[in-house]
Amino acid sequence: MSTVFIALQANEETRPIIEAIQIDNPKAIVNIEPAMVKIDAENFLIIKRETIEEQIGREYDLEELQINLISLSGNVNEDEDTLTLSWNN
Amino acid sequence: MDMKVKQKKLNKKEKYTVQTRDLGWEPTYQSKDKIFPYVEYEGIKIHDWDKWEDPFRLSMDSYWKYQAEKERKYYAILDSFAQTNGHLNLTSARYLSAIKIFQQAITPGEYAAHKGFARAGREFPGAGTQVACQMQSIDEIRHAQTQVHGVSNYNKYYNGFHDFTQQRDRIWYTSLARSFFDDATSAGPFEFMIAIGFSFEYVLTNLLFVPFMSGAAYNGDIASVTFGFSAQSDEARHMTLGLECIKFMLEQDPDNLPIVQGWIDKWFWRGIRLLSLVGSMMDYMLPKKVMSWKEAWQIYGVENGGALFNDLARYGIRPPKGWEDADKAMDHVSHQLMLGLHQWNFGTSFHTDVPTEEEMDWLSAKYPDTFDKYYRPRWNFMKEQAEKGKPFKNMGLPKLCQVCQSPGLYTEPDDPTMLCHRETVFENEKYQFCSDHCMDIFNNEPEKYVQAYLPMNQLFQAPLYGDLNAWMDWVSLRDGVDNGDYELSEDKKNFDKWRNDVKSNSVD
Repeated sequence: MSTVFIALQANEETRPIIEAIQIDNPKAIVNIEPAMVKIDAENFLIIKRETIEEQIGREYDLEELQINLISLSGNVNEDEDTLTLSWNN
Repeated sequence: MDMKVKQKKLNKKEKYTVQTRDLGWEPTYQSKDKIFPYVEYEGIKIHDWDKWEDPFRLSMDSYWKYQAEKERKYYAILDSFAQTNGHLNLTSARYLSAIKIFQQAITPGEYAAHKGFARAGREFPGAGTQVACQMQSIDEIRHAQTQVHGVSNYNKYYNGFHDFTQQRDRIWYTSLARSFFDDATSAGPFEFMIAIGFSFEYVLTNLLFVPFMSGAAYNGDIASVTFGFSAQSDEARHMTLGLECIKFMLEQDPDNLPIVQGWIDKWFWRGIRLLSLVGSMMDYMLPKKVMSWKEAWQIYGVENGGALFNDLARYGIRPPKGWEDADKAMDHVSHQLMLGLHQWNFGTSFHTDVPTEEEMDWLSAKYPDTFDKYYRPRWNFMKEQAEKGKPFKNMGLPKLCQVCQSPGLYTEPDDPTMLCHRETVFENEKYQFCSDHCMDIFNNEPEKYVQAYLPMNQLFQAPLYGDLNAWMDWVSLRDGVDNGDYELSEDKKNFDKWRNDVKSNSVD
């Protein structure tokens, strides 16, 4: 098993996004670090546009993540509905 | 009823295809070989450039939109930093040594990467790759600019920031970064992608930026937190480009594997040597420490790199050759380099100090197997000598590694009491190395590395002839102002006075 992660700036914009990630990835581990939140998951993590929209109450384009993204690991795949991170092992 | 039929919006995949692939066209005036003359000589075989795809599928219009948003955020915070005396909110002005090194060594590297990606974008025939390289080239110049702007507020008040462009080329410790980028930008376009896109961005950038920003956040440096975050928001895209490029090369032709593996071996080692500087910054220069260099390596090197190389194993890729030696060295490098920086601190455009007792206890807890045994006694000796009024300064010039340009101060992988030193002869000239891995890199391309520019050797050449004061002028170092111990510095005197002024209303 390998860990994938996504790290986001800790701010008002990302709070509901982090909550959405927790809803869609209940086993993910959320690490609160200085000025940043790092979310680890085993092999696979999914971020869904729809869940974020439910949290923030407006339309959301997954590309908006770019603004508050710090880092990630794993193979990325993004389309208009989801962004996934995965390792093939 | 008159219903307007809404035109179907292109989905993300279609939009990406239209806005990248369709920018490419078949040339008719010139042959492809003439337009892309550097794409074959490295031996990498590509059969179908259209197989390369940006996994974020970011198109140019989205790129500009989000980059503009990042810039607006950044400059709003920077203005507020300047308007609220941000330069006084640091834990200590001693912290700024880390920022001085960053500006002198790393910021010019961003600029070099900008030039490198501009060239790679021109030299690769694939439209998807060209667009991604163009975005990264613009990102990198943005990073260089925002870093210079961020740091410029400190330059108004503190010493050592005044001439980073010259010092990038002339002072000794910046050579680690400068030679790294010189090497990458003078390589072919595919090797450049492995050097910067894969090894530096994917394997190592987290080690550089993530702990660095946390360090800035802990030490009250809003300016650097902000430029760090703004730059890092681009890094996820850079890392992804690097990983996609390596997978693309490996999927295109089995003959590419040994070439790519050789570059991974080389550029991992060059990168980890360069990042020793960050190790010393984290373990020694931050008054309020975040995590040790060894801990950062565990999280971002071992854990994350391990997952990456497991994933790439399906292509036949193995972890870099120097991985094990790098892992062993994590207990030592930050201490060895910092002891070097301190004993040569008459030649640094930043200040250093013997760590306090409290800091040594922290180091001892973080490095239980090595600090008390090998390094605390040496720091105690430095402290005693300084208290006797005879601070230990090393006036000798060490041998420099011809490849990574480190002074010869690292030890053998299995013996921390023995300096590691290698030597080879090429065309009747002797060359020195810090490690087997750097010597291997030289032996693979000696014709390239004999041309390496080692600025420290200028000390003995005309017109300096070994004159240290003339050397200081040459590297824009103001003796007694920019260099030496923090405790004795103008930076400390000013910071303490200004901090005191903040709390009082006395009239001078």
